[in-house]
Amino acid sequence: MLRVTTSSAGGTAQLGVALAECLRVGDVIGVRGELGAGKTVFIRGACEALGVEGRVTSPTFTIGHRYLADPDVAHLDLYRFESMSPGEWADIEPLFVDSIAFVEWPDVGAEYLPAPRAVVNLRHVDPERREIEITTADQQLERSLAAAMGDASSAA
Amino acid sequence: MTELILGLETSCDETAAAVISDGGAILSNVISSQAQIHARYGGVVPEVASRRHLELVEPVVADALEQAGAALEDVSAIGVTQGPGLVGALLVGLSYAKGLSWASGVPLVPVDHLRGHVASLFLGEEPLAPPFLCLLASGGHTLLLVVRDYDSHEVIGGTRDDAAGEAFDKGARLLGLGYPGGPALDRLARTGDATAYRFPIARMEGLDFSFSGVKTALLYAVKDLGDAALAEQRADLAASYERAIVQALLQRIEQAAESMSMETVAVVGGVAANSALRAGLLARGVRVAPLALCTDNGAMIASAARYAPKLLETDYLSIDAYSSR
Repeated sequence: MLRVTTSSAGGTAQLGVALAECLRVGDVIGVRGELGAGKTVFIRGACEALGVEGRVTSPTFTIGHRYLADPDVAHLDLYRFESMSPGEWADIEPLFVDSIAFVEWPDVGAEYLPAPRAVVNLRHVDPERREIEITTADQQLERSLAAAMGDASSAA
Repeated sequence: MTELILGLETSCDETAAAVISDGGAILSNVISSQAQIHARYGGVVPEVASRRHLELVEPVVADALEQAGAALEDVSAIGVTQGPGLVGALLVGLSYAKGLSWASGVPLVPVDHLRGHVASLFLGEEPLAPPFLCLLASGGHTLLLVVRDYDSHEVIGGTRDDAAGEAFDKGARLLGLGYPGGPALDRLARTGDATAYRFPIARMEGLDFSFSGVKTALLYAVKDLGDAALAEQRADLAASYERAIVQALLQRIEQAAESMSMETVAVVGGVAANSALRAGLLARGVRVAPLALCTDNGAMIASAARYAPKLLETDYLSIDAYSSR
């Protein structure tokens, strides 16, 4: 597990950039954290690093966006789901095909979603600072991520 | 003779259908979340997306035709939302509309959902005529548009993070008002002091918006108070939070109108139902869409279809839904 405390929204976005550099098509990244923790900020950083042009906005209401890039980047938010049905999974499943997918509030979809390659947990420290943990069972990803995060991170 | 246009909308939560005349009169406007539909077709279905549309699309369209006193053969065009939205949800409406067109020979008109919202202003007794500046503010979108013609618009600003409607709904959740709680927050705010708390209004470059900062500020205000004090302060917090969002919208509208030299300004989308925003807009002479046309509906899609190209058999069969542009 990698843990780092960021001191601004810019720092949180920068961590998203570092993760993005380590990803490949088919990857699913779960992003957890309470309201205002910086989930969308983190994902915006990653999306921009992956070549997404234009606005990366919250998909809470629309549930999922698919941004054109190479590969495409999907940004989902399951906040509005109380549970997930096979029919609902069928609706969002295309977003995971041939893309790198970031999923906010992923836990409700655990039964259906592809296994995440990494899970990001964001916590409020104070209005500016966020403690961010990135957990992955993929040692190669952990190594390359630690390198990408450079001096800003400390492996826990 | 008056021609009729059927409009069908399934891009997000609402299954909606409407019939309008080619002069812009609304003959029917059926929205699935309305009580009578729920009562007749099995109550609230907990699912978010397309299976629910699948169950509702046929009865909603039938209701819209019946209330308009029309049959499918009386319709001269079928407008349907093509995107943006969840593709599964969009495909229910689009496929159903293709089937109707195929069976009846009535041309199909694919419509962009955002253009539909703008086209809600072209309906009714006093339709608005371009050019005008339009704020589209809903749960999923916050956009400033310059509308120079009936069939096109230019985006000149938008949110960088949360939509304004989302900010209201999430603020309500933070205040313990449930989700979605935008209307509950609106009601509570009327009983509070809007100057009790100073929540930040983000200053973004150009004509963009940001609402995630004010949401986080509310979160910290709620955390600092604790449960007992929160109960006393809840109305003041709601009023102050609402004021920050409403001020941000009003300031940007004024700034955009000035910089684009637009004399006519209009607001569409679900956030236009907020009473504080509505009051602020009306005081400034801004045109606000009627409440029934603020949230997603079929009439706005039919209205946009008046100004978009009709696709004849079999050209529409290859049309696909799009999730974003």
